[in-house]
Amino acid sequence: MSEAKPEIVVSASGLVKSFKGFRAVDGLDLTIERGMIYGFLGPNGSGKTTAMRMLTGLLTPTEGKVEVLGLSVPKDAETLKYKIGYMTQSFSLYGDLTVLENLNFMATIYGLHGKYRKRRIAEVLERYELTDLKGRFAGKMSGGQRQRLALATAVLHEPPLLFLDEPTSAVDPESRRHFWEQLFDLVEAGTSIVVTTHFMDEAERCHKIAIMESGQKRADGAPKDLMAAMGANVVEIEGPNLRDIRRKLLGAEGIVAAAQLGARLRVLVTDDIADPQAFLEDKPETDGASLIERVRPNLEDVFVTATGEGRQ
Amino acid sequence: MRPLSRIAAIFFKELAQLRRDRMTFGMVIMIPLIQLILFGYAINTNIRDIPVAVVDHSQTAISRILIQMVEATRVVKVTERLYSIEEAQDAIKSARVRAAFILPDDLAQRIVRSPATGFETPPSTDEETSRPVAQWIVDGSDTMIAGAIKGLRNMPLAEIFRQAPNRSTPTFEVALFFNPEQRTAINIVPGLVGIILTMTMIMFTSAAIVRERERGNMEMLINTPVRPMELMIGKIIPYIFIGLVQTGIILGLGHLLFNVPFGDKILDLFAGTLLFIGASLSLGLVLSTIAQTQLQATQMTVFVLMPSILLSGFMFPYEGMPVIAQYIAEALPATHFMRMVRGFILRDAGLIDLHKDVLWMCGFFVLGMAVAALRFKKRLD
Repeated sequence: MSEAKPEIVVSASGLVKSFKGFRAVDGLDLTIERGMIYGFLGPNGSGKTTAMRMLTGLLTPTEGKVEVLGLSVPKDAETLKYKIGYMTQSFSLYGDLTVLENLNFMATIYGLHGKYRKRRIAEVLERYELTDLKGRFAGKMSGGQRQRLALATAVLHEPPLLFLDEPTSAVDPESRRHFWEQLFDLVEAGTSIVVTTHFMDEAERCHKIAIMESGQKRADGAPKDLMAAMGANVVEIEGPNLRDIRRKLLGAEGIVAAAQLGARLRVLVTDDIADPQAFLEDKPETDGASLIERVRPNLEDVFVTATGEGRQ
Repeated sequence: MRPLSRIAAIFFKELAQLRRDRMTFGMVIMIPLIQLILFGYAINTNIRDIPVAVVDHSQTAISRILIQMVEATRVVKVTERLYSIEEAQDAIKSARVRAAFILPDDLAQRIVRSPATGFETPPSTDEETSRPVAQWIVDGSDTMIAGAIKGLRNMPLAEIFRQAPNRSTPTFEVALFFNPEQRTAINIVPGLVGIILTMTMIMFTSAAIVRERERGNMEMLINTPVRPMELMIGKIIPYIFIGLVQTGIILGLGHLLFNVPFGDKILDLFAGTLLFIGASLSLGLVLSTIAQTQLQATQMTVFVLMPSILLSGFMFPYEGMPVIAQYIAEALPATHFMRMVRGFILRDAGLIDLHKDVLWMCGFFVLGMAVAALRFKKRLD
């Protein structure tokens, strides 16, 4: 909106949330810059939703400071609510109201009126392909349609910052791809977006991600940088008895993790070994493998090295 | 303007949801309609036609006349004739009859000497004449039934001898105001307004907030700039209209079917009913901020509803209850409304006459709204 807007949209330091002694979020530091999609990647229960709820003022932090769009949260949470859009994990609009009624309701709640209100409702109906569905009950629509409606209501008042809590968990892959295209359109228009996900492919689309585990941030940065700085190289093995090879390799010196992907075994080798391909070829465990080749790392590998997943 | 338009948005949203919930919408009309007809006709504290057995050991013309006289009171109805007292006791035990009328074989002698025949008044110390003419054995577990039959205790017997009963001068004169015909419906119908409003108002509102929580709408709603008070007010306005419609149905039909008057204090009645609706709604909102599920909300409603029916004076007189129970009853809005509505309709009382109840109700409403708005947090923790 105005030029004076801070370049940092979200900053948090030492954020802790404990529920009866259990630390759901444990010492989180965050800096999110304007105009990017920032993703929280982590398994269920890793604290991403709790972290997001503290950023919007839905939960009071046990410890730590949060500042969103220059406002201190949760103190100024009510002022902040005019400036943010929020999409909940499960569909939370009214199933027994029509698309148009839901939009009208939210428009009034956010205090939109007059020509602006009319224009905005028409715009979101158009942009999110809801014009033909406007008389349909929200509860009778498909997952993808509901998700479009949820996004439409979240951006109705043109918030500069958007929080999306696992927005694509209930939709098909086609709608998911489409949804992300719409997110990039929003970013292009100047919106900043914070999103939680447990899908690797979604996380890979984010400008920056934070990998969460047990309430702590294990790594953060652009997906490409994270892959480059992973601290491990990836080698894929093809051949018979892959399960057996995996069992033998796990726990061996220099092996971070090994996981089967279809007909291939994907092995992460620590990067202090200069030639990981030769290192594996030399190992007696891989005798009989038909192919051993070094491949490009992906975000899942980053996730595995960053979290404790491969170590057990 | 924002608060007002937000309240309006919530109001119209509630209305749209209510309109589409056919079952609930139907119950809004059917509950007062059916219950008024049912209770208006069914509840009757003037007990009649209690089924009784007769054990006639006398088997004389005079015993048959006596039985007919007893039946003519319409208090009891002879449904069985038995031959022994044991049989009569069994009949009572198995609930075929509520009482048994035992006529001894020396009935004629007893009647002739009985003071109830009105020939003369013998000294009460006279053993022979102070004997009752016959006996009732009664299932005394139901105090209302027992009371009705006890009323027959001093039945005059002069008619047996074709004589007009002696005009007895009562010790006291009793003048019955407001309901001289002693029709139960006169008391029940206005009271029913209180019961039905307690039920529907508390039930609807206690479910109102919980429903948003259960259906997952709450997380979205608390992420918007809506204020708790706006949400509360927007949610209760539709139910105020519903409450007024229900009151109209009960009092209108009560007038048509049971001839219950509206009274002269229509405005006071309207204001008093609005106050009671407000108090019930605010109580419902408080409950809805406590309950986590709709089932819990329903249970809490019943928790309030039962004492509202039994302690408010709707069924049993408030004055008959022990002091502690009266204190509990005083805490219920229904008790105050019972006094108010019967006052407006039957006793031509106004808001001024009942100012204590009016003030109490105002206080309850304001406190309830404040507690509900304070308890409603726009936080998840």
